[in-house]
Amino acid sequence: MNTLMEIDDVAPRVKRYVVAAPEVAKHCLPGQFVIVRVDDEGERVPFTICDYDRQNGTITLLVQDVGYSTHKMGALKAGDSLHDVVGPLGNATDLSGYENVVLVGGGIGCAVIYPQAKLRHAQGKPCTTIIGARTRELLFAVDEFRRESKELLVATDDGSLGVKGFVTTALQQLIDRGDKIDCVFVVGPMIMMRNVCELTRPYGIRTIVSMNSIMVDGTGMCGGCRVTVGGETKYACVDGPEFDGHLIDFSEAMNRSGFYREHEQACRLRGEKQ
Amino acid sequence: MNTSARHSVSVQPAEQRIRNFDEVSLGFDHATMLEEADRCLHCAAAPCRKGCPVGVDIPAFIARLKEDDLDGAVRTISLDTLLPAICGRVCPQEKQCEALCVRKAKLGGSVAIGALERYVGDYALAHPAAPAKAAENGKKVAVVGSGPSGLTCAADCAAAGFDVTVFEAFHKAGGVLVYGIPEFRLPKDKVVAKEIAKLEALGVKFRLNTVIGKTLTIDDLLDEYDAIFIGTGAGLPKFMGVPGENLNGVGSANEFLTRVNLMKAYKSDAVTPVYCGKNVAVVGAGNVAMDAARTARRMGADVTIVYRRGRDEMPARGEEIDHAEEEGIRFELLTNPVEITGENGKVSGIRCVRMQLGEPDASGRRSPVPIEGSEFEMSVDQVIVALGTSPNPLIRKSTDKIEFSRRGTIVVDEETMGTSNEKIYAGGDAVTGAATVILAMGAGRKAAAAIKAKLV
Repeated sequence: MNTLMEIDDVAPRVKRYVVAAPEVAKHCLPGQFVIVRVDDEGERVPFTICDYDRQNGTITLLVQDVGYSTHKMGALKAGDSLHDVVGPLGNATDLSGYENVVLVGGGIGCAVIYPQAKLRHAQGKPCTTIIGARTRELLFAVDEFRRESKELLVATDDGSLGVKGFVTTALQQLIDRGDKIDCVFVVGPMIMMRNVCELTRPYGIRTIVSMNSIMVDGTGMCGGCRVTVGGETKYACVDGPEFDGHLIDFSEAMNRSGFYREHEQACRLRGEKQ
Repeated sequence: MNTSARHSVSVQPAEQRIRNFDEVSLGFDHATMLEEADRCLHCAAAPCRKGCPVGVDIPAFIARLKEDDLDGAVRTISLDTLLPAICGRVCPQEKQCEALCVRKAKLGGSVAIGALERYVGDYALAHPAAPAKAAENGKKVAVVGSGPSGLTCAADCAAAGFDVTVFEAFHKAGGVLVYGIPEFRLPKDKVVAKEIAKLEALGVKFRLNTVIGKTLTIDDLLDEYDAIFIGTGAGLPKFMGVPGENLNGVGSANEFLTRVNLMKAYKSDAVTPVYCGKNVAVVGAGNVAMDAARTARRMGADVTIVYRRGRDEMPARGEEIDHAEEEGIRFELLTNPVEITGENGKVSGIRCVRMQLGEPDASGRRSPVPIEGSEFEMSVDQVIVALGTSPNPLIRKSTDKIEFSRRGTIVVDEETMGTSNEKIYAGGDAVTGAATVILAMGAGRKAAAAIKAKLV
């Protein structure tokens, strides 16, 4: 059992949970994830660790209410507990070999790039960060990103904040104005990651993506999270979750990620009725 | 001489059992058990013992059964095995102890050793004795993984007076006994949970949701414990490497079985989803393949096993193959998949080629070779791949304290199960690659004996 220390609303249907998990907090690094079961009947759901406090023994998760379990999680109050938290799983993000890094986050994917922004800032090598969402109210942690970045660019589909358009619009601006970019690290919806990869490919800019595949155990056992990278099958949980975006077979990955969507929808409806 | 025929155990009728997940084999009743025990000839050479990977003194426990001394049978069998209720159900007896029984060929068939062992095991679970435990010795043992090898090592160490903690990555203890082997072959509440409760009664502590190599490292454990046993099991599922393998509807048997067994996805109100098609092909013919096939059958599918060798080469337990056939599972033997075909991103068929058996390969099995021009396609909406596993890289990636083979398995001294680090022992599938419950149990037992010999 892991106690929820704090819960805040950060955007519509998105909550920030500070969870007591001392051993995870002690060992985790940016880019790693945990698997959570809300209650004893719950499914195993992976969430990226978006912040951690080793001293207080807590990790922070940003959770978007999209399915049965995340909806149930939304009903919990500070002081309640999650039944199971296991991690940190996956490999840490390693951007140490790159001087000029652009972090790109879309929607809930911003949760994944935040610890990286913070880490790079602390190392004295802050990144340029691009965050995007459909509209202004869906963005979160804007001030925190501004504080932890060399420069923050915001893109909204409707132009309610920052540039009107997608994160690719903002990234194109950086490229056009001649910024030196050694690496782009992008996390967000699959289609967004693919579009960023297509944008950077002709410029030969190394682009790393984080795959949020379907998985059960998170330790390599089920093989549900397999992705094709450069023609080879890799397991997101033990080989990833980060891969060279230019080598990912995105059409396969997008097809696979939608496999249980109908079930999720049915489950969610059932959850809302309860 | 007594030439009576071997007694068979009663089973749920096939038409009934394909509609539930209850145990198929119902075991012997008391009278049948006594009659079957009476068939043992107590031959001086006891060849059955040589067939057992851990050398269980089979004639000795059967002698107690003959006298209807059930407590005595429990005491006797417990000297050699911790998990008779489990091994009696899942051991490939017809390839081990029963293969060497002198009654096999001419005297009505081998003694049903497995069914007798199960009887003793079930009696022991129903009549728990106060655990025998040595005085605490003040030393601590960490056991990584709660499958058969880990449970055995933990039990023996706890009984020897060690302070034992078992670390399990999943939210439930039992390893392959809970996520892999289905309820209809190994009941979870009636058997597995009780074995784990026995360990808890011995004072063994379980730390769930703890992945060694991630949540805690081997170094963390070395700081706190006097000995470590690694029994992390087999790892990553193998796939065939044929086109179409990443289509939706194609998955590993591990994933399918974990969703159904551990996450209870077969229940209509389960939160965890599982996809089960109407026409399912299961590739492989080991126990895991049979488990996946029979699970899909119970979820309403028509199921075909696709296997590249012949019937005699199938690695599964004979009983599971028989049960699968009775349940209407089809076998396409000497058949090998060459491609999985799909429509709209989802599997729609499996293209196979017929095979014939050539010369025996390194494993002694005759290796199959494709028959040219024999390709054909079966229409299926799900493919479950059950071709074994390769070792999990998690521990390997996180420690340089122990030696690994080129295959990625942990290298041990086979007498002590000790690794290249004097405080670390290992056993089970993490050492052998995918093998049996009984071998894993034997390894856990050897390691516990070595730990005891070294530290007390």
